[in-house]
Amino acid sequence: MTAPTLELRDLRTHFATRGGVVKAVDGVSLRVDRGQVLGLVGESGSGKSVTGFSILGLVDPPGQVVGGQVLFQGQDLARLDEEAMRHLRGNRIAMIFQDPMMTLNPVLRIDTQMIETVLAHAPVSREEARQRARDALGQVGIAAPEERMRAYPHQFSGGMRQRVAIAIALLHKPDLIVADEPTTALDVTIQGQILAEAQKLCAEHGTALIWITHDLSVVAGLADRIAVMYAGRVVEEGPVEAVLDAPLHPYTVGLIGSVPSRNRRGAALNQIPGMTPSMLNLPAGCAFAARCPRAASGCSEPPPFVEFRPGRSARCIHPHAEGPPA
Amino acid sequence: MTLYLLRRCLQAAGVMLVMSVLVFVGVYAIGDPVEILISPEADQIERERAIRALGLDLPLWQQYLVFLKNALHGDLGRSFVFNEPALKLILDRMPATLELAFGATFVALLVGLPLGLYAGLRPNGALARGIMAGSILGFSLPTFWVGLMLIMVFAVQLGWLPSTGRGETVDVLGTRWSFLTLDGLRHLAMPAFNLALFKISLVIRLTRAGVREAMLMDYVKFARAKGLHPSRIVLVHVLKNIMIPVITVVGLEFGGTIAFSVVTESIFAWPGMGKLIIDSINVLDRPVIVAYLMLIVLMFIVINLLVDLTYTALDPRVRLEGRT
Ligand SMILES: Nc1ncnc2c1ncn2[C@@H]1O[C@H](COP(=O)(O)OP(=O)(O)OP(=O)(O)O)[C@@H](O)[C@H]1O
Ligand code: SF4
Ligand SMILES: [Mg+2]
Repeated sequence: MTAPTLELRDLRTHFATRGGVVKAVDGVSLRVDRGQVLGLVGESGSGKSVTGFSILGLVDPPGQVVGGQVLFQGQDLARLDEEAMRHLRGNRIAMIFQDPMMTLNPVLRIDTQMIETVLAHAPVSREEARQRARDALGQVGIAAPEERMRAYPHQFSGGMRQRVAIAIALLHKPDLIVADEPTTALDVTIQGQILAEAQKLCAEHGTALIWITHDLSVVAGLADRIAVMYAGRVVEEGPVEAVLDAPLHPYTVGLIGSVPSRNRRGAALNQIPGMTPSMLNLPAGCAFAARCPRAASGCSEPPPFVEFRPGRSARCIHPHAEGPPA
Repeated sequence: MTLYLLRRCLQAAGVMLVMSVLVFVGVYAIGDPVEILISPEADQIERERAIRALGLDLPLWQQYLVFLKNALHGDLGRSFVFNEPALKLILDRMPATLELAFGATFVALLVGLPLGLYAGLRPNGALARGIMAGSILGFSLPTFWVGLMLIMVFAVQLGWLPSTGRGETVDVLGTRWSFLTLDGLRHLAMPAFNLALFKISLVIRLTRAGVREAMLMDYVKFARAKGLHPSRIVLVHVLKNIMIPVITVVGLEFGGTIAFSVVTESIFAWPGMGKLIIDSINVLDRPVIVAYLMLIVLMFIVINLLVDLTYTALDPRVRLEGRT
């Protein structure tokens, strides 16, 4: 068996702030195989983006990867030196950032920002690089790319900028793409087009994809597996249909309940009660305890991450056995 | 664009008009040149003839109108002392001053940008702290004192550099330039550095602040995520963004540099406009003072316009039409 494209083992990324240590990612283990799509979901502040940046070695100070392994095709990236890491970034591992308005450099033309990416990793001529950039723009559905690529970012809408960022990620047909809410700024048609393009890439080139999102319906249509994050930890992981049909963790149940859905039109949306706990002082036991309808005495101990059924793991002492209560 | 330029020119004309009144009244207020220019032995009739010849018998507002009428024809009056057109006197000396000011700006960018970049990229390093401490000295040490110290050390003690004059010059386009000969460059070095000192500190601080801010931006992180070489990130992505404030401030400062070159020119006996104006103030040579000040005002206006145009070229987000 070949090594998975990416495997995180007990990854820990902490921020040493004035108020104390923020354990933004605290023992995350994940796995994505060739051609697979992993949906990474969770509410705001649960550590999804920090997980993504940790994979690429792009955590800004005061943040630091303080423990665990980032195994990319079997090689531990956390131990790789910066120059070797640079050759992987944008080349074998690409990332699409959350905020399309801020990702492109405002004073450089689109073509400059694309061509430099090609030239950073491929020994080709400028003309060839321009050709590749143009093709990538066409791939993400930008009309008249030849003309559009001479524009500056401010001449593009948020959705267009995000498509440029996606095109940049596709330039070197990477083995792994970390996409941080890549389609949130896009309208539904374009979103569908981008999702189809992503699936095609996975199928044709064996690219593995980590798709970070709030939107469970996107995950349902795109991902093979899903990982649910809460307060810096993965609380549930499994095949996407199985998890959505019969979630084990009460938090996953709450997330699914808060999604507007066609089947339950008119039914009241169940927001998860309470607030995300402060990352500065998490409770000693289960981080979800204060908001959990199933919380009981045993929950004051930190729950272990347990494989309840083959391929179905959750971090909960009293998991739902048969999916959510009707 | 044309409309924009037209509006800017009209604005400039208005500013020039207001400034001409202020300058004229201001210079009138500092003293009566008659006492200095006319020998005390002259009798009453001679005095009055001289005063009339200089146009000093008219009331102030009439003197101003005469000045304005002549100024519109490009005549800013004749120097009382040299009996030559004031404008010509100044323009003859302008290349030397411009050369000094450009030299200083060049030195400021040449020294300030790399130091500022370094201090911004390694803000906590010992060297960066040293650079910042040095920049405080650059801001606070008086120009004339530094100039004297430079002369003491490099001209008197070490004998490496000459301390006065422009040295050997070359004629290009009818004016003489020092920077084209080795000897001229050696003469230019100390005064240019002296005049640059304040600007070096300014450029260091601006660059450092800009780099620190830019390094935190998402576009830098994205550039790193693309796997670009760090030198490309700093020299293209970061530098291009911070050049906008640096060019703006250094550009706007250029007028000030020309005005402040008075001190440096006096210390290093650099034969520029600054030296001329000091001499003219000493003898209350009104037309030269007025002409000099008007020229400086014009220079500030032109510099402002050029800075705005450069700014537009550097920052694609700025549209000239959208601004007033
Ligand atoms: N520079 C920083 N300093 C201190 N704490 C930080 C910093 N960056 C992130 N964090 C912390 O890390 C936690 C996780 O942040 P992250 O951006 O990964 O959340 P997220 O899951 O991506 O949320 P969202 O859906 O809003 O993007 C946050 O609670 C935040 O407090
Ligand atoms: S461990 Fe307890 S508190 Fe935590 S999610 Fe499970 S039931 Fe709720
Ligand atoms: Mg995020």
